[in-house]
Parts: sequence; structure tokens; C-alpha cells
Amino acid sequence: MELSIGKALNAGLRAAMDDDPKVVLMGEDIGRLGGVFRVTDGLQKDFGDQRVMDTPLAESAIVGTAVGMAYRGFRPVVEIQFDGFVYPAYDQIVNQVARLRFRSGGTVQVPMVIRIPYGGGIGAVEHHSESPEAQFVGTPGLTVVTPSNAHDAFWMMRQAIASDDPVIFLEPKQRYWDTSEVRDEAGLGLHESRVARQGDDVTVVGYGPVIKTCLAAADEADASLEVIDLRSLSPLDLGPVMESVKRTGRVVVVHEASRTLGLGAELATRITQECFYSLEAPVQRVTGYDMPYPPCRVEHDHLPSVERILDAVDVTGEF
Amino acid sequence: MGLPISQTLAPDGELVAAHDFSPEELRGFHRDLVLARRIDSEAYALQRHGELGLWAPMLGQEAAQIGSGRALAPNDFVFPSYREHAVAWCRGLDPALLLSLFRGTSLGGWDPAQYGYALPAIIIGAQTLHAVGYGIGLTLEGKEDAVVAYFGDGATSQGDTNEAFAWAASYNAPVVFFCQNNHYAISVPQERQTRVPIAQRAAGFGFPGVRVDGNDVLAVHQVTTEALAKARAGGGPTLIEAITYRMGAHTTSDDPSRYRDAHEADEWAERDPLLRLRLLLERTDPGFAEFDAEVQAEAEALGVHLRDVCRNLPDPDFAELFEHVYADMPPELVAQREEVRSWS
Repeated sequence: MELSIGKALNAGLRAAMDDDPKVVLMGEDIGRLGGVFRVTDGLQKDFGDQRVMDTPLAESAIVGTAVGMAYRGFRPVVEIQFDGFVYPAYDQIVNQVARLRFRSGGTVQVPMVIRIPYGGGIGAVEHHSESPEAQFVGTPGLTVVTPSNAHDAFWMMRQAIASDDPVIFLEPKQRYWDTSEVRDEAGLGLHESRVARQGDDVTVVGYGPVIKTCLAAADEADASLEVIDLRSLSPLDLGPVMESVKRTGRVVVVHEASRTLGLGAELATRITQECFYSLEAPVQRVTGYDMPYPPCRVEHDHLPSVERILDAVDVTGEF
Repeated sequence: MGLPISQTLAPDGELVAAHDFSPEELRGFHRDLVLARRIDSEAYALQRHGELGLWAPMLGQEAAQIGSGRALAPNDFVFPSYREHAVAWCRGLDPALLLSLFRGTSLGGWDPAQYGYALPAIIIGAQTLHAVGYGIGLTLEGKEDAVVAYFGDGATSQGDTNEAFAWAASYNAPVVFFCQNNHYAISVPQERQTRVPIAQRAAGFGFPGVRVDGNDVLAVHQVTTEALAKARAGGGPTLIEAITYRMGAHTTSDDPSRYRDAHEADEWAERDPLLRLRLLLERTDPGFAEFDAEVQAEAEALGVHLRDVCRNLPDPDFAELFEHVYADMPPELVAQREEVRSWS
């Protein structure tokens, strides 16, 4: 079935709620309005306002009360309306959600999904275009995933809700309206990466919103680019990356988040450790710059573009 | 429950309480209200024509903002949210400066110290704590100025706002918490945020809360003036709940028809903040028609100014933005700026 990413997420939520009465949705404007991006559209109407809760306006409370619901055996799926609004909840996520399994020796689990529309490119005002994934990837106890297409949006949402670990579910908001095929079987586990396009010369690694950009770069490149969609940022599944790099010897990592200590840093380290003798060039990064997200009139200078990816591909060929 | 709602000018234009505003002051309020509404409608139109990325309309909230904004003294300081366009007007900001945030050419656009008007907080409630800290600073310096935090009904659920209440009480800070209860946090009605009148919460923190008809510019000015005087005199914080209504959408991206009944907006239209003052002035001010014509002409000119400035707001130079991340650019950032410059 052909669906947009937004509608695929909606279908995934609906299927999970049908399957398990302990799945509850909480967030600002998710009920009657159906969410500012309409991802939860129609769910309150069909499941009632006790399972799809329009909460008061307080992100820390949304996550904190969801912890209490998890203690009671629920599987809360909470929505943080925009990426920049997650920081008031950051304390609950890092100090509570992430640690309860560890503290309790496994007796307490927090099977919570924290949905966050993330990333830029939609011409938004401040705090609506952030890419906070590295903060969460750097927090042991959390898992972090991000789909790049409708199939993964549907199936990863189902798998995330079924997961007994907390999942930070990052939704590439710029791509909500992009449509693609949702197949009948998941095909991959929640924490597996995939080869989005096969190629021979340079490995391009990305996730979420930049996969579309990477594929466009592969279309335009003179070289043959292999594009890998990480899908899961924590834990990382780097098997396909290593296999690819051992063939190509050249890597470009792409993300919207700022450069320093972004995912690219971790990838470069692991690739260097595992593929040192295969590498023909240093790992290149195409990222947001080390500045707060800029005013949206110039956001496309900040975001990875086809041109910047192709430049980085060229650089890997200079060694 | 308990707390009365102050009102001086009823929706039908009748005075229901005493006031000591001069005829010139009443005219001044009328002028401000008309011009504020024009700023808002012009910006809304600019967004619809693609000149702004977004606009947060304040339609219906003009009296709450003008009444409180005109009660401020030059040395007072305002910590606004993102919808206080008329307060910004009272502080002397060229409205074109506000447009830069919504056009996406800037994240700030002015020097807060120049206007006594901080950069708007988009993260809900964050500014309430800044107001308290500023107020503590005033106390430490022995100043007799005051600070106002503007926020909405939704913000009263945030931890930051409640912490600000606790701290302001603890430090007896010279802060006026000005809550525009416009009944909605995007789609969520105020009943989801509170079971009691918002102003009533102040008592639990240890300072007074008052309720005022937020569409009555005279009453808003009166209660704000009292609260500011108390703050300046060392009497500590006050929470003002101005009861008003967001007649438009949350922002131009929002569709209120999904979550509220059109009849509700019709009822509030009868309580329009501009209408009641117009009715009063038409009845009591012999030269009003002539004055009003001047104000309408001024509004037209303001509209032209806003359109011109908006369309000519320059995009920032992306490479220059690197200079404002730190006081001194670290070498890595210099390198990144050079990378950007190498494109052109």
C-alpha cells in the first residue's frame, strides 16, 4: 500500500492500539486536533480520550507521568510536539526513563516510545528544526531509531511499541508527506540498518531525512555511490557499513545535526578501527555546522545538500 | 470561584467603574488598539502572501496587551512570549523588527536593553524564570523598577512557570506575572490546564492573584498599574489573569475549525476589545470622528510601512552567523566558516 510517512505512522499507532489495550498515547494537541502534523489524526475518535490523551502543556510532565504509567504496566507512546520542546523533558528522559532498568536490575522496565518530529527544512521558527539525536544516543539505556520511508515508519513504529526498552522515535518531519510503498512484512528488525542503494565506489551513510538527499546525490554522482540507511542510531548496526567500506574504501557520513560529536564522529571511529586497511581516504562528514540552528531563510546553507555530499565524495577521491 | 473579575468598561461601551483617565489618554488607547490590530492583520496578510513563514495572530488580545504595556515605565523590563506584538509596540519597537523572526531572517532582531523588551521565548514558560532573575537583579541593585513576564494559560502547566512563582515569592521579586488567558493552548482548552481560576493559584505560592477582563483596556491598565506600583515599592509579585480570547488561529499553520465551535468566536466578537472603547468615545468625545479618521489614516500608513520593510528584510549572511556563536570564535568554527565561504 502506498502511504505517506505521516499516514504510515498513524497506521502503525492504530495497529498497536488495536493489538494491545495497554498502549496509550499522550501529548499536546494529539487528540481532538490529531497532532500538529496530524500523525495521530482520528485516533482519539476511535479509541477514546482515555487512550489518546490531550495533556496539559508540560513536556517534563508528559514523560514523567508516562514513567508512572509504565510502572503500572502501560505502554505509553508520548508525542513531543517539536524537537526543541524535548529539552524541558530531558531530565525525565535521561535521569529516569533511561536508568530504571539498570537501577532495578531488570525488574522495572519502561516500554515507552517518545515520538519526536525532528530536523529542519520546513521554514520554521526557532526550536522547530533541531536534530537532538546525539544527546540521546549518548545516553545508555535509551534506544534511538528513525525511519526514512513509509514502510519503515509503519513497521518500526510497531516494533518500537513492542520493545521493552524505551525508544526515542525520531520522525523526519520534512518527509512526513513523502509517499512510498508499505509492504506486508517488516523485513528487518527495529535495530537493523539497510542498504538503500547499491554501489561500488563510495559508501554514503545517513539516516532519517537525509536519506532522500543521499539518494538524490547518488543519482547525480559520476561515481557509483552505495547509500546505507542506518535506521537505528542506538544500538548501531554497522555490519552493512563495514561490508560496504571494505569494498569501496571511501566513506561519507551525512546528518543534519551539528558536526562535533555527532553520529559521524562515532561512525568514523568505528570504521577506522574495523576497516583501517581498506580505507583509501579519511572518513568525510557532511553535517549541520557547529552553530544553533540558523534562521530559516538560510537553513539550506546549514543542511546537507546534494552539492555538499558530491563535494565530499570528490574529496574521498583525492587520496 | 472567589476572585472577582475587574471591569471598568463593559462590552456595550458603558462605564461600570470609576476611572481617572483623561480624554487624551482614552484617545491614546484607541489609537494604540487600532494600530496594534493593523500590525496584526497586516502581518497575517503578509504570511498569506508568502512573505512570512509564520505569524502568531493576537486578534482579540489587543486590550490585554495595550492596557498592560502602557502601564509600564521606561525603565521597566518585559519578558514576552511570541504573541505580544502590541506590548512590543508599547515598548517602541518598530513592528518590522518583529517580522524578521517570522520571516526567518533573524532569531532576535533588536537589543533588549534598548527597548526594555527581551527576545521572545518560544519554549513555553521559559521567560517567566528570566523575569524573576531580572527582578532579583533589580532588588540587589536597589532599583525601584519592575519587570513583567507575559505568558498564556498553557504556560501555567509548565514547571518553569511554577518554579518562577515559587522563586518570585521566595525572593519577594518585583515581578508582575501577566497571564493572558486566551482560553486555548493551540487546541487544548484552558480546562485541561487548570481546575481553578489561574489567578487563584498565586495564593498558594504566597502572593496575590487578580482577575481582570482582558478585553477592557481601562481595567487592564488599572490593575497592571497597581501591581507595578506594588512591585516597585518592595511589595513583591502579583499574578494578573487577563481573561481574553484568541479570536484567530494559534498560528497561520493552525486550523481552529478542527477543535472549536464557530459560535464561541462569535460570542467573543461581541466582547471585542476595540468595539467597547469606540462606543464609549463616540458617545462621550465630541471630536472623536475626526480623531478616528486620523488614526485610520495612520493605520494605513503603518500597513504600507510594514509591507515595504517586510519585503526588503535582508537574508542574513550565513557565513557571518558563525561570529555570533561565541564571544571569540574557536579555531574549529573559523575553519567551518571558511568552508562555507569557499562555496561562493
